[in-house]
Amino acid sequence: MTYRERTGKRVVAVDSVSFDIGRGEKFVVIGPSGCGKTTLLKAIGGFMRPSGGRLTIEGRPIASPGPDRMVVFQDFDQLFPWRTVRGNVAYAQRVAKGGVSKEAARKHADAVLDLVGIGHAADRYPHQLSGGMKQRAAIARAIALEPTLLLLDEPFGALDAITRTKMQRELLAIHERLGLSIVLITHSIEEAAAVGDRVLVLTRGPGRVREIVDVKSAGANAVTYLHQLLDEGAAA
Amino acid sequence: MRFRWTNLNPTLRRAILVVMIIVVWQLWITLAHVPQLLFAAPLDVAQTFVTDIGNGSLVGATVHTLEILIIGMAIGGAIGIVLAAFGVLSSVGHDLLRVLTSAFNPLPAVAVLPLAMLWFGLTPNSIIFVVALAAIWPVALNTESGFRTISSTLRMVAQNLGLRGPRLVFDVLLPGALPQIITGAKTSWAFGWRTVVAAELVFGVAGAAGGLGWYISNARYYLQTPAMFAGLVTISVLGLLVEALFNAVESRTVVRWGMSLAPEAREEAPAALEEEAARELVAP
Repeated sequence: MTYRERTGKRVVAVDSVSFDIGRGEKFVVIGPSGCGKTTLLKAIGGFMRPSGGRLTIEGRPIASPGPDRMVVFQDFDQLFPWRTVRGNVAYAQRVAKGGVSKEAARKHADAVLDLVGIGHAADRYPHQLSGGMKQRAAIARAIALEPTLLLLDEPFGALDAITRTKMQRELLAIHERLGLSIVLITHSIEEAAAVGDRVLVLTRGPGRVREIVDVKSAGANAVTYLHQLLDEGAAA
Repeated sequence: MRFRWTNLNPTLRRAILVVMIIVVWQLWITLAHVPQLLFAAPLDVAQTFVTDIGNGSLVGATVHTLEILIIGMAIGGAIGIVLAAFGVLSSVGHDLLRVLTSAFNPLPAVAVLPLAMLWFGLTPNSIIFVVALAAIWPVALNTESGFRTISSTLRMVAQNLGLRGPRLVFDVLLPGALPQIITGAKTSWAFGWRTVVAAELVFGVAGAAGGLGWYISNARYYLQTPAMFAGLVTISVLGLLVEALFNAVESRTVVRWGMSLAPEAREEAPAALEEEAARELVAP
């Protein structure tokens, strides 16, 4: 997949990458910086068109962004600052799912905020939240829309280590409850091994598939093995 | 505890200063025997205030000026926002906005008044025209930069939710640009306010009745110096009231949402610096 920079230069971000994601699967993409992880996620999200190849979701080609593929970004400032936390979650539902009443959207928002553990902060404005709470709110907004695919673009990347580990565990719990399909982009090997069912390892840019690792069958060695793959990928 | 000026409430601090200035002013006029024709004493100004508010002439002039100002600013502001929208939607629009603002922004709008009088005659429409001309550019420039500074992440979130067209504009772009829109409106108000008073003064000299500028010019004609001062004080007080109104709108919106600093916080900055300097002096 290639894209044009502002300067008109063509950049090959990811090259000949092919994979399938199963329903309910937690699929992690990892690779050195500049390997095109984010480009790949933006393509799945529909924000960028691949120059070659096909992207389909449930058999339909992906042409544009849509609420069936909700993205949670790394940027803390992804909530609308002029709406409360509850307002953000409720508003997204009313926009993305036609015909939801204000009352129903509010109720559902409260339920989802309780699920991600920030029900007590529903009336606050985003600027009154910590980084971890902002990311929880963004996750709540995304899952409230019941997307077919939840796309996570290093959502915990800017958090401190303790919050990060905690959020990974909570993400797993949410996945267990809702049975979502997840694509998580990360550059943390530990995070990949902790969250993923399968981990796609990309080589240094232009990213190619190094290997798709099945975390369960790799067992306790998963982290070591991923380290090896990434070191080789970086050296190659 | 030692008395400290900065420990007092900021409003109280200002009130004390205002009262002191007025007292000094009155004492100077009384003790130095300044000719009443050249400089009015606060007590005379206050008396004129009471009479001219009572007989309605000052109130009428104020209402007249505000009416023209509001109509002019509404027209100018609407055109400004439309220009800003063109500026972000197309690169031709962006360049057009640059060209127009660099041509008109340095031009004091009141300089166009003679032309406006040629087109609209000695009517309020001439003044509305120049006020609108003064208001357009600050709104257009600030709103455009507001639209542009909305983060790419928020834009992607909007796309992700499937927002398009008017809903995108009203639900994301306008609130996202609100801090800059308010800044633009404030600047427009300042320009418009000066323009309307200047235009009315010109009209007053030309003999057309109307707002506060005319009130002042009329007072000069009849050598009513206290009335000239009363007009100036009215203009100044109205300016303060509108500033307070803007601050109230800001604290209810962009400040509450964490998109801008509180007006008090911006004003308190010098005091904080002063404290810091004092602490540094005390430190060994």
